[in-house]
Amino acid sequence: MMQENVAQAPASASDVAPTLLALRGVGKVFSNGVTALSDVDLTIREGDFLSLLGPSGCGKSTALRLIAGLSTPTSGVLDWRGGGSLDRSNIGFVFQEPTLLPWASVFDNVWLPLRLKGVSRARAAPAVTEMLARVHLTGFEDAVPRELSGGMKMRVSIARAMVTKPRVLLMDEPFAALDEITRFKLNNDLLELWQDERFTVVFVTHSVFESVFLSNRVVVMAARPGRVFNELAIEAAYPRDEAFRTSPDYAALCRQASDVLVKAINSTAGAHHDGH
Amino acid sequence: MTAIDEGVLKLDPEEARRVRQERLERIGRWVLPLAIMILAIWLWDRICVWNAIPQYILPRPGVVLWTLYNDAGLLFSALLVTLRITFLSLLLAVVGGVGLAVLFAQSKWVEMSFFPFAIVLQVTPIVAIFPLINIYVDNQTTKLLLCAWIVAFFPILSNTTLGLNSVDRNLRDMFKLNGATRWQQLRYLRLPAAMPYFLGGLKIAGGLSLIGAVVAEFVAGTTGQSSGLASRIIEAGYRLNAPRLFAALFLISLTGILIFLVLSLISHLILRRWHESALKQER
Repeated sequence: MMQENVAQAPASASDVAPTLLALRGVGKVFSNGVTALSDVDLTIREGDFLSLLGPSGCGKSTALRLIAGLSTPTSGVLDWRGGGSLDRSNIGFVFQEPTLLPWASVFDNVWLPLRLKGVSRARAAPAVTEMLARVHLTGFEDAVPRELSGGMKMRVSIARAMVTKPRVLLMDEPFAALDEITRFKLNNDLLELWQDERFTVVFVTHSVFESVFLSNRVVVMAARPGRVFNELAIEAAYPRDEAFRTSPDYAALCRQASDVLVKAINSTAGAHHDGH
Repeated sequence: MTAIDEGVLKLDPEEARRVRQERLERIGRWVLPLAIMILAIWLWDRICVWNAIPQYILPRPGVVLWTLYNDAGLLFSALLVTLRITFLSLLLAVVGGVGLAVLFAQSKWVEMSFFPFAIVLQVTPIVAIFPLINIYVDNQTTKLLLCAWIVAFFPILSNTTLGLNSVDRNLRDMFKLNGATRWQQLRYLRLPAAMPYFLGGLKIAGGLSLIGAVVAEFVAGTTGQSSGLASRIIEAGYRLNAPRLFAALFLISLTGILIFLVLSLISHLILRRWHESALKQER
């Protein structure tokens, strides 16, 4: 609809990467009449770190649930590479809250996805132990979630999503509830993990700074109806570290993304912003 | 930190007052109820003496204790009979309550269709149902069990049903994403999540099964032969044997308290690591 502003698609390495998933004309209308998503076209490539950035109500979480298969689109298609949808074991999902089993130990929480596939505790142990080491939680195997800090719980949640070695990791504002210092730390660790394993990430956030720091592509969305407003390529090289966070390049990119986001917010008809 | 390690933590007046307060509360929690109890028993004793109340109306506490000792053989064998009914009915209430709750959890339709029956069974006074049971059931033990079960199973059923249905939505999505089967979802998610609710229901049901057993004996006692504590009470009442009546009453209360404490302990042991209700309060 109001996509008069579409920027150039990124011209870097991601261009040559094969397409993993293409959303074509995807829309979602809820039974209460709310149009959560309208006519979304989006191509996700192998190895992308793609952020969906937008105000609340822009349908970014809905888009994520559609990709995960937790919800089906009202219109349009999700075209997985090679046709058909990916096997669910190829998708990892990290929720806004850690969403752990409160009665189970850290180890058992991370084991869960494998357990549900019939992998015994002993056979799962190497993968679980390795994953816990990757998120820096070695030594906390026997703790229960209640005994962990918010950041550590989120690490467990990431380890659980990654223990099946999924090709796609979907994250729904995973760090929104954390304090800034913890969030920075988790951003760094997540990037490190991503660079080592080269899976594809779709990351929903409402933080300009977070999306620019992490992603190679930032897709800005607008609300009412939820739609893709614009896309930015973040061409800064990886690895990105604390030096990048304080660099002028980063500041300039953030300003650019911020401007687009403001336009997206203002593009909403009536522009009543309830900002809950 | 280092101050604590060395054991020479200097407290400011506010913290010192708080520590004192906490210590007082800790002691008071035990001492106060105990003191009031002793005072009440002493007062009971004095009232008997001052008013020269005859033993067959209100016996002195010492006499009750003496009767408890003297009639121990009679009373404890009766208690054993009542306890057997109590625990058997509690066991059946757990099996029936959880079983039905799991069945209800399989589908909203099943729950909507059958829950009203459970409510009808719960709200109808057991004393009013008993004459029917008396007609339909021959076996004395079965009669009592059925009565106690009807009284005790509802809290377990309703609490467990609530627990099975109050699983975090994201967790349910997470299971779905990982391709969990219905059985896996029940086994690894819904049953553990329902545990605190179930244990809450169990604590109520424990007391109710004792009440159910005693009430059933009472009703049965008037029609047939029974050897539980309730029949000892009825018997003692006919003979104006107030001391034995009190002693039997005391035993029933003590049993109820013990059942509650044991179930609370079990609940605490199961939940202590993860559930809010079992965690020590932090300031």
